Amino acid sequence: MNRRHILAMVVGTALLVPACTGTGGSSQGAEAEAPDDPSKVTGTIQVLTVRTDLIQDGTLKRYAAEFNKVYPKVKVEFDGLTDYEAEVKIRMNTKNYGDVLLIPAVIKKADYPKFFASLGTQEERGKKYRFTDFTTVDGKVYGQSPVGVSPGFVYNKRIWREAGVTEWPTTPAEFLDDLKAIKAKTDAIPYYTNFAAGWTLSGWTSVNGSVHCDPKATDKLAEGDPWAKGADLRVGDTLLHDMVKQGLVEKDPTTSNWEESKARTAKGEIATQWLGTWAIVQFKDAAKKAGVNPDDIGFMPFPAQVDGKFCSVIGPDYNQGINIHSPHKEAARAWIDWFTDKSGYVEDNLAISPLKGAPLPEVMKPYEAAGVKFIEVNDAKGAQVKQIDSDSEVGINAPEYRQNLVDLARGARDGSLDDFFADLSKRWTDARKNLGS
Amino acid sequence: MTDTTRKTVVETAAGAAPPAPAPPPRRARVRRGVTPWLFLIAPLALLVTFTYAPVANMLAYSFTDWDGVSPELHYTGAGNYTEIFTREDLFRVFFVSGYYLAASAVQIIAALYFATILSFNVRFRNFFKGVLFFPYLINGVAIGFVFLYFFQDGGTLDSVLSLFGVRTDHAWLGTPFSANTALAGVSVWRYLGLNFVLLLGAIQSIPGELYEAAELDGANRWHQFRHIIAPGIKPVLTLTVILSISGSLSVFEIPYIMTGGATGTETFVIQTVNLAFRFGKTGLASAAAVVLLLIILLVTWIQRRLVPDDKVDLV
Repeated sequence: MNRRHILAMVVGTALLVPACTGTGGSSQGAEAEAPDDPSKVTGTIQVLTVRTDLIQDGTLKRYAAEFNKVYPKVKVEFDGLTDYEAEVKIRMNTKNYGDVLLIPAVIKKADYPKFFASLGTQEERGKKYRFTDFTTVDGKVYGQSPVGVSPGFVYNKRIWREAGVTEWPTTPAEFLDDLKAIKAKTDAIPYYTNFAAGWTLSGWTSVNGSVHCDPKATDKLAEGDPWAKGADLRVGDTLLHDMVKQGLVEKDPTTSNWEESKARTAKGEIATQWLGTWAIVQFKDAAKKAGVNPDDIGFMPFPAQVDGKFCSVIGPDYNQGINIHSPHKEAARAWIDWFTDKSGYVEDNLAISPLKGAPLPEVMKPYEAAGVKFIEVNDAKGAQVKQIDSDSEVGINAPEYRQNLVDLARGARDGSLDDFFADLSKRWTDARKNLGS
Repeated sequence: MTDTTRKTVVETAAGAAPPAPAPPPRRARVRRGVTPWLFLIAPLALLVTFTYAPVANMLAYSFTDWDGVSPELHYTGAGNYTEIFTREDLFRVFFVSGYYLAASAVQIIAALYFATILSFNVRFRNFFKGVLFFPYLINGVAIGFVFLYFFQDGGTLDSVLSLFGVRTDHAWLGTPFSANTALAGVSVWRYLGLNFVLLLGAIQSIPGELYEAAELDGANRWHQFRHIIAPGIKPVLTLTVILSISGSLSVFEIPYIMTGGATGTETFVIQTVNLAFRFGKTGLASAAAVVLLLIILLVTWIQRRLVPDDKVDLV
């Protein structure tokens, strides 16, 4: 062993020592209370957001200007992150992750009190707001989504009409028949998987709850087998599989293009996509840009009925939380309250209001007419589901397993659908047993 | 060559034995000793901060159950390593590396071919050098996007083929075989230039007299290649092979951008990234990264054993 090797080893060990110490304890349990007198709140707050488009076109600045009319001494700065989850995760290893941020999916629910200041008790907030249980830990709420979203199919009304379908299908089988009619009678692609984008496929997990109109659907994921016969996810995944298998989707899913798909749906080249209410406004914009009628964009619930009624699950979008290390918690709290209650962000996005008892947006009027039942899925066991999901590496909110499902359906992967589901079931239930629930 | 010069220096020193100069004063000696280190501070600081410190951190994380963001982490001993070596599904992705390995063989042969040809006096040789090297300068992410359009249904490849009257309805990224071949092809396109430049440099460092002498002896181009170029570039060729093998084992950018690992194109690094950032198993992923590093070191070591790095002596 010569001198150089010894030196390298010394340097190596010297580096290992500080690395092993890791991170120590942190503050916990801070409260962000709403200010009493708006004119006295001061400070500069940094708001992290995924909506880089709204920063670029100045929309967020306009919201901030409105906010300043009420809170003149608070300065709001926006920081748009394009790869939000990955970037914010790294920043959260420090204390510097903005004052107001969207609670990333990667943070375990039990860790919320270590990262975020509480907005109040669930008992109190639950009276006014929806979705409080999604961020509640030990009775305290740590975030609030400014909008509510509901999953469903964005479809082109004109194409569906041309295919002779005027009523929403009520079963997956009927849905498949309608898609076949579209394929036979029009030039449109009946269903577009958006396989390449990935997240568009993970959206199929949101069928959870719609199929059996069950507010306890998340509990069932935590306690049961999501791919047992008749279970919500299996029904949704089977429908996706059958559409692909029967050739009712785009010819080459691997090179599909999300941005293009919006305009193509508006123009009637694509008939249907499984997305959510949040997408409607984007598709209408795409229609306007393409010079076609935005009213052709329609929205329908998952084809399943309980007691003759469709069911639509309303859930939160990203929840806004307050950095526990923020020096301006009052100002941050003021922003969250104002943005949720008074900003008009909900109306601008044709979204469902997070306030209890608020009227439905215009785009959801057909839902009211059809008597669709709205439910909220209880998220008390959400943390457990996430843990099982990570341990089993199934990834119900990741694209992989559904990409594999689509590959299986179009013959690019060997195996049968039953074996595929059996494998998922096994991994899921094994992980659940290891967690001891 | 270096050996002979050193020998002469030693001989003259020993033979003539000039009067030894007085040793320089102490301060000058210290300064002379410190100067090279002063120059090295900047690169060493960068190297330590951005290479060795993260590697050390990664090693440390590989013995914990850290999820990448939680302030708490627990020491788990060799648990992560046991998990990696007891789960064969984690190693199945190495089959995908086979495609890239095969592609890099093609790549090296092509690079060698072009480097040899362009080392002779060919018309437009500088232009062709530029054409071959250009792809290597483009950002990998950009290449991923460009080729996504290239392989799209009705995309560039299909249009070019239809110019020649070939109308396939083939989904290029549609089956595992086709997708991996396509991706490996993109990787050849990208890295050919680097191999080519390395080999060209090696070839051009061979003295020109050798070719002249060979020509006088009646050697044709093939003889020149076989007996002058091939032995002359052997060290660089070995290096290229090592780089290609380690590259094929750790493919990431191109498949990650183009398919995200779908349709059987998942590589070991994509799997590691997913473990760390999707399933919150940063500890396990760090262990996987360490294992990959060890595998690459092992492969390189075996290779050096099989093909020892002999001194090249053309003269």
